[in-house]
Order: sequence, then structure tokens, then C-alpha cells
Amino acid sequence: MVDAPEPFWIRERRLGAGITVIGLIATFVFGSLAESKTARFTLSADASGAAISINGQVGAILFGLITVALGVVMLTGRARRWQTLLLSLGILAFVLSFLCWQVAGKFLPLVDTLDGSLEYALPLILGALAGVLGERSGVVNVAIEGQFLMGAFGAALVGTLATSVWAGLISAMVGGVIIAAMLAVLAIRFLVDQVVVGIVLNLFALGITGFLYERLMQPNALKYNQPPKMPEWKIPGLSHIPVIGPVLFDANLLVWLALILVPVIHLALKNTRWGLRTRAVGEHPTAADTVGVRVRGLRYVNVLLGGVIAGAGGAYFTLVSTGAFNKNMTAGAGFIALAALIFGRWTPFGALGAALFFGFAQKLAYYLSVAGSPVPNQFLNMLPYIATIIAVAGLVGRVRAPAADGVPYVKS
Amino acid sequence: MVGGGQLSSVASGQEIPLRLELRGITKRFGDLVANDHIDITVEPGEVHALLGENGAGKSTLMNQLYGLLQPDEGEILVDGEAKVFRSPRDAIAAGIGMVHQHFMLVPVFTVAENIALGAEDVRGGPLGILDRRRNRRDVLETSQKYGLPVDPDALVENLPVGAQQRVEIVKALTRDVDLLILDEPTAVLTPQETDELLAVMRSLAETGKSIVFITHKLREVKAIADRITVIRRGRTVATASPDTSEDELAALMVGRDVSLEVSKGPAEPGRDVLKISGLIVDDDRGVRAVDGVDLTVRAGEVLGVAGVQGNGQTELVEAIIGLRGIRAGSMELDNESLAGMGTKKILHSGVGYIPEDRSHDGVVKEFSVAENLVLDMYDRPPFGNAFRLNAKAVADNAGERVGQFDIRTTSAEHAVSTLSGGNQQKVVVAREMSRPLRLMIASQPTRGVDVGSIEFIHNQIIHERDSGTAVLVVSSELDEVVGLADRIAVMYRGRILATVSPDMPREEIGLLMAGITSAPQEDAE
Repeated sequence: MVDAPEPFWIRERRLGAGITVIGLIATFVFGSLAESKTARFTLSADASGAAISINGQVGAILFGLITVALGVVMLTGRARRWQTLLLSLGILAFVLSFLCWQVAGKFLPLVDTLDGSLEYALPLILGALAGVLGERSGVVNVAIEGQFLMGAFGAALVGTLATSVWAGLISAMVGGVIIAAMLAVLAIRFLVDQVVVGIVLNLFALGITGFLYERLMQPNALKYNQPPKMPEWKIPGLSHIPVIGPVLFDANLLVWLALILVPVIHLALKNTRWGLRTRAVGEHPTAADTVGVRVRGLRYVNVLLGGVIAGAGGAYFTLVSTGAFNKNMTAGAGFIALAALIFGRWTPFGALGAALFFGFAQKLAYYLSVAGSPVPNQFLNMLPYIATIIAVAGLVGRVRAPAADGVPYVKS
Repeated sequence: MVGGGQLSSVASGQEIPLRLELRGITKRFGDLVANDHIDITVEPGEVHALLGENGAGKSTLMNQLYGLLQPDEGEILVDGEAKVFRSPRDAIAAGIGMVHQHFMLVPVFTVAENIALGAEDVRGGPLGILDRRRNRRDVLETSQKYGLPVDPDALVENLPVGAQQRVEIVKALTRDVDLLILDEPTAVLTPQETDELLAVMRSLAETGKSIVFITHKLREVKAIADRITVIRRGRTVATASPDTSEDELAALMVGRDVSLEVSKGPAEPGRDVLKISGLIVDDDRGVRAVDGVDLTVRAGEVLGVAGVQGNGQTELVEAIIGLRGIRAGSMELDNESLAGMGTKKILHSGVGYIPEDRSHDGVVKEFSVAENLVLDMYDRPPFGNAFRLNAKAVADNAGERVGQFDIRTTSAEHAVSTLSGGNQQKVVVAREMSRPLRLMIASQPTRGVDVGSIEFIHNQIIHERDSGTAVLVVSSELDEVVGLADRIAVMYRGRILATVSPDMPREEIGLLMAGITSAPQEDAE
């Protein structure tokens, strides 16, 4: 009998090869294109004040070489335990090399970039958390986009009528729950294909909010579409911490809600009766049923809770971002949230990381287009989807959905 | 049969022995009467075997007792009191536990989490925070009390089936059940694990717990049961004592005399038909399933592959038939390589294939019997060509095969899903044996098949052997392999541990199935 040798191209080596390749691209392409001028990463919002400075070309080549080195370490196949860390560092070094090239001769306001990344990420975090709740219990939620739209619309309408941000936020949650309830009933009670239901609900939300916007809001914007904006609260003391102070402690309620919900949901899933049952129902509903867990009941609860959270995420668009509702204003953010959920492997912290990464890409795309970069910003806007395809293809770690995700439970 | 004095010694307050009575239980699914006025009484401390063929209605009956199904008629009495079980919760509350044939364990959970699920120890009031320490202690306590070793921190997906079954039993016992239903618990166990399980059942009964043991294996029934209720086509046909002979029990179960032995003459092996060497195959997750297998099947002999399910048998067969790519090694049919040939071409070069999962891979359930009989030949004369089917030829063929293979159906135009499991399997066998064969592969050929059809299918397989075909039989039922095979290859963790004669004592084959090779090896060749 022959002992088969372990194949050479184990996952770590494949990843290492990828990192090495992008590192070489960074070193040679970014390095040669970069101007030999100073790149300034300023801590304030403009070109003045304290800054981290580096020669753009030197930086691009330096970080490119670091990327290559990290890739080579992974290629040796001897650092398997540190795989995730090396991968993250490799991607970070690549991004820094890219930035050095782009920022050479200019400046990038660091705080503003981080602040903006978080703001872009905000609805994504909430949407992905809504997805975590549903999908960990076995209900696929493709309707996050629709929940965003209903939330945004509800917040604008009720917020204006009641001239209250908080009334707006609550109606946003109600809006999310309306879509969630339809998803739950159709998927859990009537066993309709969950992806199809999700898409239909998105179209429904787009149609009804679009109709009401044109008939109600557009002719009477002052009366129906001028919600108050969510106030930013400064926490005394903490908001003066450099860099993270203004990002985290001079923010609105939604930011804190999202950042608190991440660890809360993480711990609850892991350590509470609700969490254990949710995971059981998402992995093996029959087993849960035979020990007396109410499978469908729990799925209803989770999908509706998800609706509350996604609805709150929708409020971001009208109460935080633009200050008024507009037709199809979410523009696919729900789908990026779905991507963040998958890229984050159905975990709250994973979803947070993915959402921040996507938010950073979006903010960078915006900055680069303003700064007149030769790289079309569409490329950076594609990043969430490309990253998700790579994640789903199993290139980054093992991606495993809950076993019963999307499978309706029917008693035999 | 009551556990007598031992009751109080193990008792911890609630241990009042439970007496169960089922009266006139009737359950219908459409026209089918699955249970027809069944009466059973289970006394405290009794091991009560429920014996019947696949499809006789045993599991349906127990699912009603466990609250998964509700009876259309009849009563369930616990300690003389009529009960209605709307869900398993009610059954558990009444002191009834069940170990299902397919384990009800969440693979990605630890043992302790699985046992806690549904009856969690929590603190923190409405927050419901899991009390893992108490949970763990409960598991260890129950495990020690009943002598069922389990590791509370192990992940269930990493445990062998025997250990998973112990987890299931501990799970029921932590819920303080007084009556434990075991549904076909030995189907996935090696002979040694089966003996251990029977010992556990006996000691549980001695502590006053009642056991309902569902099975179709006569040997086990005789070894353990205090009383035996035989169910046939949804009715109780007899209540027998364990002194009843196996032949009598089989006759009660099937309704006529059956021969339990496969009758066959000595094999006359000819040339090597299938030669496999150094075969390496991965499973769906990319984990090595077949790990360097060498096998030879000769014309006119049956090579049986014995082994507990999940040791690579499925992947081995799928590789031979071209349904699964191989990593390394060679497979030759009469010196022609099968690797990369494609399933269709392999089948038409004289390979017959009875897949292990009939309803998934063996038949198209919505298609008629006649259509299922030509699934392999529909695109060639006389049944059809690239453009059309010859309906008359298909129907004629069906008429002939239905008679020849004793397929019980009112019409060959009925959907194959309307047939019993045994008759569906006969459709598969009839189709695969209608081509001229050099090699026949039968994977779990009688799983979910009634005894009458088992006899018929076994005879067909021997008939095929005697006509000079090389036959490869894969089965997790050791009795079946021993009965059919001329040589037995024992598979364990993707390897063939030994090739032995069917005359080797069952215990030694059992040890090999458990991966223990210290037993003296005998080469049948």
C-alpha cells in the first residue's frame, strides 16, 4: 500500500503564491509608476498639521517588497498557524504600497478616510448582522436591500411628519420588520425558495417606495421628505484621542448601535440558550426538533429581529447620510452587506471586518476620483464583489455556511 | 422481568418504573395504512423488541409514541393514564426518550452542547446564559452512572459512530427518561460495538428502565429481548418469547417460510476481470476516502467488501463506475483502463451498477417502471435513437422484465415511486442485469428491501456469478457479505485491511472491521 504524499499546492501555498504575485505587481508596477515625491498622510482633515510622510516611490517599492516577503514565507508552507495573520498583513502591505503610489506628491487625510470608511461601512455592518441572525437559524436573507429601502423610506416619512429623529429611527425598524415578516411567512410557512422570495421582496420594496416617493414626497418635499438629521455626540475626553477619538467617540447613535451589536450578538450566539438553539436550528433542525426546540418559531424570531436591525441600517441613508429619501437610494448596499456576511463567514466579527474593508474601498474610490487618480474608481467599487467571489471560491480559509441555511423545515 | 431490587439503588427520586400501553394505534398516510390497530404493552424494566421488516410500520409507530407524528386512532397510556403527545417535548416530559436511526446530533457542536440542547442549564435569568460547567458535570455524571464513556468536549463530527450513539443514549438519559426507544441502533455498528450496546441495554433494563428495541435482525432480538412483538404490514401478528427459533421469527415477520441462508454452489473463478491497484480517491470535502486500495475481482466469483459504513466504500464504487475522479492508481477492466472513460461508456462496456442510494441514484421516482427499465438503453435500438423513443419496444421490454424479475406492480406505466422499496430495487436489478455483463457492482443491494425481495435479489446475484460475471458486492451488513461472497475484503479507513474467506469466524471479521489487525490473517486466494 502506498502512502500518498501530501499534495504540494496546499491552501497555504496557493495563498502564498497569490500574495507573492500581488507583491511583485506592487513592487514593479506601483513602484515604477509612482512619482518620487513625498506622500503625506495627515492626521487632520486637510494638508496641514502633523503627518506621516514618506517618499511615494520608495514607499510603494518598500511595501511591495514586504508583501512579497510575506508571500514567500507562506510559500514555504511552514507557517500554517499564522496563515490568517500573514494573509491580512500581506493584503495590508499591498494596500499601503498602492496608497504610496497614489498619494505621492499629494496628501491623504487619514482621520477623514477612516471616518468615511466607518460611515460607508455602517449600513453594511447592520445589514450583515441582520443576515447573521437569519442565516445562522437557517433562513437566507437576500432581502437586506429591500429592508434598507423600507427603513430609509420609513425614517424619512415619519421622521419628517413627527419632526423627530427617534420616531424616524423606530419607523425605519418597523419598515425593516415589514419586509422581514413577509420573508419569514413565505419562506418558513409557505416554503417558497428563499432566494427567490428575497429578490421578489427587493423588487417590491423598490416599487412601493418608488411609487410613494413620486406621488407623495416629490410634490411635497417640505411636508414629507425633510427629516431631521441624527445628531453627532461627542464623548468628552475620549473624543480627543488622536485618530480613533474623532472616528469612534464623535459619532451618531447608529455607529455605537452597530459597534455594540457586534460583540453582543457574537456572545449571545456563543453563550446563551437562544444562541445554542439558533445554531442548532441552522445546522440540524430535525435534531433540534426531537429535543423539543420549536424550529419554526425560533426562525420567525430571528428573521424578525434581523428586520429590526436591517431597518435601522436603512435609517442611515436618510437620517445620517443625505437627509432626504430618494428613489432606489440604497443602490445595492444591501447586496454588499450580503457579501460582507459571506466574506465574514456568517460571524458578527467577520461581518464587521468585511464591512469595514468594503467601506474603506468605497471611501478610497471616492477620494481617488476627487484627487484625479488615473485608476478608474469603478475598479475599487468592484472590490467587495471580487473579494466575495474569492471568499466563496474557498481561497481564503474555509467558508462554510450553516448546514441548513436556506432549507425549509418540514416535519416528516 | 421488573428490575426488582436494583431499582431503588440507582433511583434518584423520580425513578418510578414506567408502564406503557399502546391501544389500537392506527396511522394512515393517504390510502396506506401504516399502523393498523396496534396493541403493545411494555412492562417496567423490560427489553421489548419490535421486530419487523423495513416498511412494516415500526418507525411510524415509535414516531407517534415520541410525539413526532400523531395517531389517527387509538390511545397511548403511560402508567394507566391516557396521554396525547403533540411534540417530542410532551413525550420527554412523560419520561420517554428515543435514539433515532439517523443520529439527531449537530455535527459542529460538542458532545456537551448536543446533550444540553433543548434542556439547557442556564443562569442570568431572562438572558439565559449557558451554564457550561453544570452542563459538563451533568454529562459526566450520567456517563459514569450508566457506564457510557463520552468526552463532553469532543466535537461530534470527529467521533466514530459508536461513540456518537453513546452520546445519543446519554442525551436521553440526562433527561431522566424511564422508557428508551432505540430505532435500529445496530445498523451502523461493528459486531463488537453491537455486543457492547446489547450489554448497555441489559444493564439499563436492570436499573428499571424499559427499552423498546426496534430491529429486523433476528440474532440480536434473540440475544437481548424479554419479549418480542412482531409487526407485519402495519399489524401486530404475534407476541413471541426469545425462545422462538430464528426460522419461526422470520416466518412471522415475512408471513411465509423463508430461507435465511443464501444457497449457492462453490465458485469457479476464471480470469481477472477487474484489477485495481494503488487507488486513491478523495471524498466531497477533499479528504482522502480511498487510500491505496488493491483489489482483484475474477470472473465467476463474488468479492464482498465488508466494513462499517463510511470507510470509503461509497467512494471506491463511485470511482470504479466513473462518477468520481481519482487521485492516483489504476483501474482496469479486462486490461483496459477505466480511469477517465466516463460513466456511460463504462456501463456500456459491460459493467452493471446497483447504487447504494436507490431513490437518489437508482431510479427516477416520477418516471414509470417501463421508463426506469430502459434508463441505460433509451438512446439505442431497439428502444430509440438520437431523436425518438420507441414506445412499443419500451413497453414490450417492461412486460418481459416485470415477469422475469417478479416486480409487483399493477401496471408498468405507474410511477416507480408507487412501488415498495423491494420492488423498486428489483427494477434497478432488472435494468442492470439486462445488458451483457462482465462486471456487476452491487452496493448495499438489499438496503431497505423486504425479506422476500432480499432472497430474490441474492439469488439473482448468485445467478449472475454462475453465468461467469465478476461480481463486487459492497455491504455494511456483515451477514449479507458472508452469505454472498466467495472472498471478503475488509475495508477500514480507506484501506483493505485483509482479504479473508467467508468461513472465517464472524468475530474475527468484526475485529478487522474495527481496524484491529492483530487477529491471524488468512488469505483465501
